[in-house]
Amino acid sequence: MALIENLTLFVLAAFLGYSIITKIPTNLHTPLMSGANAISGITLIGSVVVAGSGATTLATVLGFVAVVMATVNVVGGYLVSHMMLDQFGRQDGGDR
Amino acid sequence: MAEGVLAGAPDWLLPLAYLVASVLFIQGLRDMTHPRTATRGNATSAAGMFLAVAVTVLWFEILSPVVLAAALLLGAAIGTWLAVTVETTEMPQLVGLFNGFGGGASALVAGAELTEIFDRDAAATPDVAVAAAIAGIIGSVTFWGSLVAAGKLHGVFRRTIRYRGEHLVKVVLLAVALTAGAFLVLQPGVFGETPLAAWAPSYWVLVAAASVLGVALVVPIGGADMPVVIALLNSYSGLAAATTGFVLDNTVLIIAGTLVGAAGMILTVIMCESMNRSLPNVLFGGWGEEATDDEMDDIYEGEIQSTSPEEVEMLLDTAQRVVIVPGYGMAVAQAQHAVAELAELLEENGVDVEFGIHPVAGRMPGHMNVLLAEADVPYDKMRELEEVNPTFSETDVVIVTGANDVVNPKAKEAEGTPISGMPILNVDEARTVIVNKRSLSPGFSGIPNPLFTLDKTSMLFGDAKQSMQDLVNEYKENH
Repeated sequence: MALIENLTLFVLAAFLGYSIITKIPTNLHTPLMSGANAISGITLIGSVVVAGSGATTLATVLGFVAVVMATVNVVGGYLVSHMMLDQFGRQDGGDR
Repeated sequence: MAEGVLAGAPDWLLPLAYLVASVLFIQGLRDMTHPRTATRGNATSAAGMFLAVAVTVLWFEILSPVVLAAALLLGAAIGTWLAVTVETTEMPQLVGLFNGFGGGASALVAGAELTEIFDRDAAATPDVAVAAAIAGIIGSVTFWGSLVAAGKLHGVFRRTIRYRGEHLVKVVLLAVALTAGAFLVLQPGVFGETPLAAWAPSYWVLVAAASVLGVALVVPIGGADMPVVIALLNSYSGLAAATTGFVLDNTVLIIAGTLVGAAGMILTVIMCESMNRSLPNVLFGGWGEEATDDEMDDIYEGEIQSTSPEEVEMLLDTAQRVVIVPGYGMAVAQAQHAVAELAELLEENGVDVEFGIHPVAGRMPGHMNVLLAEADVPYDKMRELEEVNPTFSETDVVIVTGANDVVNPKAKEAEGTPISGMPILNVDEARTVIVNKRSLSPGFSGIPNPLFTLDKTSMLFGDAKQSMQDLVNEYKENH
């Protein structure tokens, strides 16, 4: 049962995500958001699978648009996150 | 079976690569729990993404590598351009926009997968159809909702549109989307003989209804509630990715999407709790519209003392401890550098300076922190509400710049105001309070702020950047 296996993954990942993300300080919530955003661009993989198989023209066109959008999300998200974190990281502040 | 470049590789290689990618995402998030390791965490997460994409591209037979490369390059170019040109103050709308793109991609992928299945004249199996319908609804709502939210944050349109029966409209739209989804699952062959049957028409009806729904959901929500909307849509884009994972039976999509869904949901809950409002109240309660009228002048008549940079400078001269409370006004005026310079000058002269940051100050979670970090304020100077509140009674001067509702003592009253019960920064416990504002206009709650009329409070009227710069110049002259 693929569905049950997938559901298992989903539930476990949800618990894991909850326990990690509640530990992230307020200071980093904006970079967290843009970083998490970039991770959600993982749909890029889905897009690549579909656009790549290209059995029909329609699927290829849809896949192309999806790849562009997902790539914008991934590349842009990680970059802005990096830029923001750099501003925190270049300080030699102590522990909060 | 592996195709293309990796032909002949064992079957377990792909899931193994996805496992490694998932571990990298999780480790990246773990590193985000401290500012010192966060940059590394972001890079770790990006490495996971690179691995997952690279392996996928190599694994599957790519009929049109040129098309794929073109799409990747185009997307990367647009993403880089947007990221490099953005101002820190514009960050909320950019994050919103990226978010929308992620959701949109999910909806399109599910659609593309369905058309492939329908083209082979096969019916989608029920689990694939259900997951596709969910991805389509969440993805479309996320895309259009994020576009509207980003547009509002960017000031493309400011109006909060409310109309009679708006909730009914939303319910009808959702019902249409769900019905189309039901057709997709139960009656996939209903359009069997029509010319467009291969395009999975019921899916696109669903997408259309969900798209209008996304617009309808966000249009009535005011600008000040956008942090919640952005965080919630962030969560949706993660859930959309996870659902796509169910459609394509892809583990890394499920894990990564769920992590993002959890992150967005936690931020949403934090935002709501910080306003003492429920999520339905934020989404459907229909306030958070900014009042900008001057009618408040009458309420405060005769009870306001205004001050000048010279007087504030004299106050700061004798202060031992100063707390600066920034709000959205600081972001709008781009005053963060002037504020940071003031804090630095005070520190140099032996004054203890900290920043008191309310969780909902600004237009996205952590907005103030990012602005201040950009202006080189050390992160250990930025204090959360619970940390800074006990210290106000020992604070000589509080400077509130561009904030209003988050320091309104009315919130402590049990009932009767829109902000009752909302945790606030208790700046009224400090010895002196300087409030820097352009006018006496109320915050988004639309209610007057009794803090302004206290004997210990003086108003420093003016644009945040200008006022703070004047204060810095004044301070420099005297030290």
